[in-house]
Amino acid sequence: MTLRCAIVGSGNIGTDLMIKMLRSDKLELGALVGIDPDSEGLARARTLGVEASHEGPDWVLSHADDFDVVFDATSAYVHVRYHKKYAEAGITAVDLTPAARGPKVIAAVNLTEHLDAANINMVTCGGQATTPMAYAVRRAVDRLPYCEMVSTVSSKSAGPGTRQNIDEFTKTTSTALREIGGAEQSKAIIILNPAEPPIIMRNTVFGALPEGTDHDAVLESVYDMEKAVASYVPGYRLKNQPVIEEGPYNTPGGVVPHRVVILLEVEGAGDYLPTYAGNLDIMTAAALRVGEAIADHREGLPA
Amino acid sequence: MTATDYRLIDSTLRDGSHAISHQYYADDVIRIVAGLDAAGVQVIEIAHGDGLGGSSFNYGFSAVPEKELIAQACQTAQRAQIACLMLPGIGLADDLREVRELGVSVARIAVHCTEADITEQHIKVAKDLGMEAIGFLMMAHMNSPEGLVEQALLLQSYGADTVYIADSAGAMTVEDVRRRVNALVNALDVPLGVHAHNNLSMAVANSIAAYEEGAKNLDGTSAGLGAGAGNCPTEILAAVSTKYGIETGVDPLALMDVAEDVVRPIMPRQQVIDRAGLLLGYAGVYGSFLLHAERAAERYGVPTSEILLELGRRQVVGGQEDMIIDVALELARQHAEQEVTS
Repeated sequence: MTLRCAIVGSGNIGTDLMIKMLRSDKLELGALVGIDPDSEGLARARTLGVEASHEGPDWVLSHADDFDVVFDATSAYVHVRYHKKYAEAGITAVDLTPAARGPKVIAAVNLTEHLDAANINMVTCGGQATTPMAYAVRRAVDRLPYCEMVSTVSSKSAGPGTRQNIDEFTKTTSTALREIGGAEQSKAIIILNPAEPPIIMRNTVFGALPEGTDHDAVLESVYDMEKAVASYVPGYRLKNQPVIEEGPYNTPGGVVPHRVVILLEVEGAGDYLPTYAGNLDIMTAAALRVGEAIADHREGLPA
Repeated sequence: MTATDYRLIDSTLRDGSHAISHQYYADDVIRIVAGLDAAGVQVIEIAHGDGLGGSSFNYGFSAVPEKELIAQACQTAQRAQIACLMLPGIGLADDLREVRELGVSVARIAVHCTEADITEQHIKVAKDLGMEAIGFLMMAHMNSPEGLVEQALLLQSYGADTVYIADSAGAMTVEDVRRRVNALVNALDVPLGVHAHNNLSMAVANSIAAYEEGAKNLDGTSAGLGAGAGNCPTEILAAVSTKYGIETGVDPLALMDVAEDVVRPIMPRQQVIDRAGLLLGYAGVYGSFLLHAERAAERYGVPTSEILLELGRRQVVGGQEDMIIDVALELARQHAEQEVTS
């Protein structure tokens, strides 16, 4: 069985997801839906033989029987307005906005935990990139008192949705570091860099390491996680070896003697935007992974 | 208050925080605010050096939670307004709400000089809270006068009461400042301000030039305490302004006392333009990277100057302190490889 899918939002994320979904043998893309008939994304859909509507989320609701899953790549406020309507219409929503209405899923950590949920939240691009590393540190230590992420994306790859909702980005990402990454306290930072040519997405994870931590176990766990994420986001990699630095550090989770610094780069696949926009890829690749896991789950297969 | 030719904003307790690795205590705040206030400084800015919420692994943890210090500043000031700076992406609108409750009346919303459109949410929150909102364009040497005008007009359209440009890398010459200020003053309806750094030894001259071109707000820090080779020293700016016959409303002698008796004793080192400080201005690198780069240089055995030059080549912007570790590790690897091959 394949899942019948619609993508709402014909901007960068929706269009990139469309291109990836056309390669999936578990997800059948029925339509790309936007609100601007002249949008580049909808034009691309028509070229690729995908049905394109400019009538927005209501178009999906009026064709509810044709879709099992809707991938929402609009913006947080649109998702807040429509998430109940999708649920009432019996359509599972995979939410790529930071609206955070449903349970959060980080593909490399808790992929199979919420496959029956009516609404799944994909956190943020930075969250998909860094929460796996918070979790990697956490599983190698007794406690992760504090974890922090810094995400730098090229100005060109940050659309108006991100720019108008920057607090939602940092809050949702920070919550994911705790709820899914396992940190007791957390902080998220996002920086936009306008350099030309555009920089590739960078993410840095800092983890507070309490007294008595087995540093080698932390590093080994980080290397394992790099492989796990790279299995569905090929451009995900450690830019430098992870390092343990000596403090002490007066973190919000208490004073710790050491920190681990994990320097990541996410190069995109270049499906829609050029390869610098790894922030798009990690989000769309993770959402696709979730969609395929739902398809397997409904067929009774292990994800 | 008598009319002044420009408004002086002192940032010793915010930008100066970088130079002491964010280790201010309540007693420092009380003495600095009391001294600046008595000297007639109109606005005193206080926050973590990287703005509200800046306390972090990436920028350094504050010794004392900043909101305790901000509350102390608000209680101490008799005449001066208390300002806070925040960078969207690091701090939150909720931080503005909290400090408003503490008595902060001026919000400076800071952003890289090409990204003004991420400030809309925060400028509007500041205005809704009844605060004066100042849009603050950082690293202004990285944008042209025309580009800055475009960004400044966005800030103005969101409701900013004042627009600032910050020479965060201390990289501008007098001519650079004149062209930018002139273009901005002609284009904006709201007043302009300039925040200068001293990496090229130009901070006071640039501030005076900005005033001559029409800037109505100038920033300083006591004894120049601040990121990189330091800020425009408030007491020198006041003294030079007086010599020019510019009415500042502040007492230069009182400011000299604050610098000498209150601030210098807590400075871990005097603000001098050494090689690293000069390189920041020369290569156009964000001033607050300096101490972080020195620490990484020591940890990984590579020269500070090479780290700063590489950061300049990469066109990193304010906030990307994590890239200092990245660059240091890469340089250390390159050095190791060179040793193997030679």
